[in-house]
Amino acid sequence: MSTIDTWVGRHHERAASLPGAALPWLLRRRADAIARFAELGWPTTRLEPWRHTSLSFLEQHELQAPESAPHPAATLAAVRSEFGDGGHWLVFVDGRFERTLSVLGGLPAGVVCTPLSEALSKHAEAVEAAFGTADEAASPYALNLALCTDGAFVRLARGTALGAPLHLVFIGATGAADTHLRNLIVAEANTEASIIEHHLGGGSTLGTTVTLVHTAQDARITHLKLQQQDATAIHLAQIKAEQARGSYFASHSLSFGARLARNDIHTRFDGEGCETLLNGLYHVDGRRHVDHHTLIEHASPLGISREYYRGLVDDNARGVFSGRIIVAQDAQRTDAVQRCDNLLLSRMAEADARPELEIYADDVKCAHGATVGQMDEDALFYLRTRGIDEIRARQLLTYAFAAEVLDRIALASLRSSARATLLARLPGGALLEELL
Amino acid sequence: MLNIRNLHASVEGKRILNGLNLEVKSGEVHAIMGPNGSGKSTLAQVLAGREAFEVTEGSVDWDGVDLLAMPTEERARAGLFLAFQYPVEIPGVSNAYFLKAAVNAIRRQRGLDEYDAMDFLARVKAEMKAVGMKEEFLYRSVNEGFSGGEKKRNEILQMALLEPRLAVLDETDSGLDIDALKIVAEGVNRLRSPERSMIVITHYQRLLDYIVPDQVHVLSEGRVVRSGGRELALELEEHGYGWIKTEPAPAAAGAQGARP
Repeated sequence: MSTIDTWVGRHHERAASLPGAALPWLLRRRADAIARFAELGWPTTRLEPWRHTSLSFLEQHELQAPESAPHPAATLAAVRSEFGDGGHWLVFVDGRFERTLSVLGGLPAGVVCTPLSEALSKHAEAVEAAFGTADEAASPYALNLALCTDGAFVRLARGTALGAPLHLVFIGATGAADTHLRNLIVAEANTEASIIEHHLGGGSTLGTTVTLVHTAQDARITHLKLQQQDATAIHLAQIKAEQARGSYFASHSLSFGARLARNDIHTRFDGEGCETLLNGLYHVDGRRHVDHHTLIEHASPLGISREYYRGLVDDNARGVFSGRIIVAQDAQRTDAVQRCDNLLLSRMAEADARPELEIYADDVKCAHGATVGQMDEDALFYLRTRGIDEIRARQLLTYAFAAEVLDRIALASLRSSARATLLARLPGGALLEELL
Repeated sequence: MLNIRNLHASVEGKRILNGLNLEVKSGEVHAIMGPNGSGKSTLAQVLAGREAFEVTEGSVDWDGVDLLAMPTEERARAGLFLAFQYPVEIPGVSNAYFLKAAVNAIRRQRGLDEYDAMDFLARVKAEMKAVGMKEEFLYRSVNEGFSGGEKKRNEILQMALLEPRLAVLDETDSGLDIDALKIVAEGVNRLRSPERSMIVITHYQRLLDYIVPDQVHVLSEGRVVRSGGRELALELEEHGYGWIKTEPAPAAAGAQGARP
């Protein structure tokens, strides 16, 4: 039984063995966090941000570690063959760092990339500053703070750049029924990096992930999250960025797996001339459910935000997008664009797309649009008149609709890996490979 | 030979074709003219197999095969080509991929080897040159952001690549300036051959200055009301379509499609 009391009990049981148990500040924050979770419980549809995604079933839900799972090394090998052998790899299995599977050689001077469990002793002050608190986030992310076992700690000293992408791989195997991971990315001024989170495996587990990104002045951080968990897993994730003057933050969220996946993505412009790209693609089938809940806070002038989400929703699945943009009174000359487009692939599929714009400044450009539709019959007919089978034409149009999202991934190697991953999941993908 | 007999078709309960008869022999080019709403484009769509149009009566025999019984893609693979009046934009699908998929679908059907990337590129580049298309159009999404003229050239390019037995051109001249029109007409004329029939649908006589048809048919209210030689088009040019409607439609189907 996963009642709230059970979770509080788990916190008490595990507290002493969690990393940083000797750090008073962390003990306090964890205690505050579990208290907050105990008070709020799992979000229900009575809460506006959770209107389409209730977690109340988790009160009674049986969590189970997978009885069997591929060896994590095999899972990792599949990812590495898709994304190339280059780059830096930090691998976590069942919420714990796996040193033998990780590859961290050749990091540039000034770049720290280490498991959080180690950073708590080696970089205690920096971790404390970046760790986050439980008082703002939704209750699942408070639970994450209370129980997190590990994650990545990345710090880029002023002026440094990560030439190759950093891959954070989270694999659910047979070792845990719930995992809680926390990633901290601290990008000092004038830094640049691409960081990819892979979420794989997981059986019928509950996984929470929090990624906090601090981008200082003129830093440029690209974050790509590729969620391909088992169709029984529950995945709750927060990505939160704080942007200083002139910084750039891109989030690409590719949500392909899990029975229920919720992504809370939030960025705030704390200085002038910030830019953000929130880009996402979800593919849901069966009875699965995916929800992207985004918030862009234009708190300073001259900010540019671009937000594009697309969904492929099949069978009885449901795709949810809600995009809130707040333009503060002094955030003049803000330029914001938001779009969400859904392609329904079956009669029973359901998609909700909800823009929410709150504009308090008077000199702004804000455009938004949302669509939920079916396949373009004219395009289908056109392809068929050229001898292309109806099934293949449908597959081609489905892929093309989704692939436009991937075109926004700036790094060519990542873009082509992401396309290959998409093709591998879509019916008929192998036949469309020439598209790459 | 294409033999259309007493064809009736409707869309959303509205009757558009009302007993159309037409015979097109191998190697012939027939022009179909008529005012807006006379059923020209519906004929093109019905021949290509658009499911939104319901055929309620009549038959289309194509070299002994019941055309109407075939799904759209099979008609295409058997050698039917429709040049669209409004070519469809397909974001995210490159023209190169699209053209190659189409050409290879048809080559497979004909028992020919599929083109590999090199052979295909060589062939498509040569054909593009002939219709005055720049190579960059290969790498753009199908028709996306193309001008009206570029879209129509892309249609002619596809026709050249697919080498149909029967090509139906649905108002390929509409919206084209005279230079684009000439390029389209040259493309069509280059493809004229004894094995290939063409049905050229147009609202204006202008196109027929460049594509000289063997026969001209005038459609009104979903039927062929006049058939004749090229001079019929000139007559229409001079008098407009008004006089067609005032004449009683010929009673006997046998009078239609007859040689001038």
